[in-house]
Amino acid sequence: MHKPTISRRIFLLCNTLILSAITVLGIIPFIHLLSISLSSNTAAMAGEVKLWPVGFNLDAYRYLGEKVEFFRSFGVSVQRVILGTAINMVLVFITAFPLSKSNDQFKFRTVYVWFFAITMFFGGGLIPTYIIVKDTGLIDSIWALILPGALNVWNMVLMLNFFRGIPRELDEAATIDGAGQWKVLWRIYLPVSLPSIATIGLFTIVGHWNAWFDGILYLNSPEKYPLQTYLSTLIMAINSQMTSISIEQIKAMENLSEKTLRTAQIFMGALPIMLVYPFLQKYFVKGITVGSVKE
Amino acid sequence: MKTLKKEYLLHFMLLPGVIITLIYAYGPMAGLVMAFQQFEPLSGFFKSEFVGWDNFKYVFELPDFMQVLWNTIFIAVFKMVLFLLVPLILALLLNEVTKSWFSRIIQSAIFLPFFLSWTVLGGVIIELFSLNGPVNGLLEAIGLEPIMFMLNNGWFRGIVIGSDVWKGMGYNMIVMLAAITGINATLYEAAEVDGAGRWKQMLNITLPGMAPILILLGVLSLGGILNAGFEQILIMYNPTVYEGGDIIDTFVYRLGMFSQQFGPAAAVGLFKSVVSLAMVSITYYAAYKYSDYRIF
Repeated sequence: MHKPTISRRIFLLCNTLILSAITVLGIIPFIHLLSISLSSNTAAMAGEVKLWPVGFNLDAYRYLGEKVEFFRSFGVSVQRVILGTAINMVLVFITAFPLSKSNDQFKFRTVYVWFFAITMFFGGGLIPTYIIVKDTGLIDSIWALILPGALNVWNMVLMLNFFRGIPRELDEAATIDGAGQWKVLWRIYLPVSLPSIATIGLFTIVGHWNAWFDGILYLNSPEKYPLQTYLSTLIMAINSQMTSISIEQIKAMENLSEKTLRTAQIFMGALPIMLVYPFLQKYFVKGITVGSVKE
Repeated sequence: MKTLKKEYLLHFMLLPGVIITLIYAYGPMAGLVMAFQQFEPLSGFFKSEFVGWDNFKYVFELPDFMQVLWNTIFIAVFKMVLFLLVPLILALLLNEVTKSWFSRIIQSAIFLPFFLSWTVLGGVIIELFSLNGPVNGLLEAIGLEPIMFMLNNGWFRGIVIGSDVWKGMGYNMIVMLAAITGINATLYEAAEVDGAGRWKQMLNITLPGMAPILILLGVLSLGGILNAGFEQILIMYNPTVYEGGDIIDTFVYRLGMFSQQFGPAAAVGLFKSVVSLAMVSITYYAAYKYSDYRIF
């Protein structure tokens, strides 16, 4: 490498500044959110809080500790994530296995592949899906959030592609030794595919944690809402306040709501994701690059 | 006899997935007959009266429908273009960064919102652009009048497009960075010997090297021509900005779930599904033909 020229140095400086600015701009909204939740309610509502808490206190979080709705919905979310991820993973695993066989090993393979693939490109849409969920009696039950999406075909294809990378000899050797397909699945494929199970598992956990609209659609009782659905009701409440006619009215309405508490709850809704973010990023980047750049 | 037993087990393993898919994916597809019915929830799919194309005629003649369709395409097309352009610029800039720790920090900050839900991000955006939020604070500081961003149709669209790009740009950026890493290093060495500067190297090596992935990403995104971001808009909009921000999905949701007009709502849904399917088929064929891309 020869010595960088002046123009190159200027470029590198500008580049560093631009990228730093983008990074700071991306982080500021979250710092702002956190600062509001740590400020006094009056300062927050007057719009005095920028990047640093004004009138620092932990009241919002203290009050949050007594907020039944928050903890109840947090509990529902945890339940949903555990139950939903377990079912999703088992289904992805046992569905991908037969489909990863070659056509001579499993002659109905192509039929099944088409059966699943069609659902990736065509769907009934919101209203008919709602009617089916209603007709199967899931309305207002946590199963409405789990069963309709219990088999994620995209994840299944990811798993399937991974299974195909497993040498066929492994399967054949086990079969010759007298192992049935169940045994091959659980004793050979499962241990070998732990990394991709971790990746797909993370996708699934984040998906279940972040999902909120299905709660609005399928659940009637607010006490059954998962956390993100509960948060969405808080946000949609502000939206309907905003349409009041005059600026004065909006300001008056804003004063009625507890801004610091609301922001504290939103922040807590994002916190679990932020805590596992380093893992998420690592696995996602691996998953994306493997999935998209296959030559 | 042995193979028969083996295959029977494989069928058995597929059974739960098949049942779920039959009920919750094929069920709603069959349920699309309601688009041609005067659908009554109590009568169900079998006893509701068939009305032919009436639901379609009814919806397409609604005064708002054309505006909704236009909003959807407008927002979706802007998002598609920016989802290619912004990550491309970011990836090219990041590629010039020599310190890997710095590059890692930037990537992390850019990728973070991808993993957060629209409730969290919607809450953040609404707060940022609220009447006494920081953006209006900034405007006031430089002596401008505050703007009610979330109540203005033009601003609302802009915020919807911008915030979705903010949430999603990290994904394409990672894909593009991976494509850059895959470019043969000897090409750059040869260019250096020939006296090409970094700018020329970017134009003549990096960009052409990324062309297949850019075409692929662009082509695949066309399938979403009628997906303008349902959850995002549902959490961010309010009746004042229906004119600029109401899209097909939110329109269907209100028509079906609030006005209880199930037939017409399903008709719009079917229209959307068919258009999407056509776009996806064309684009997958194109992707397969031009860059040999296959999902299986």
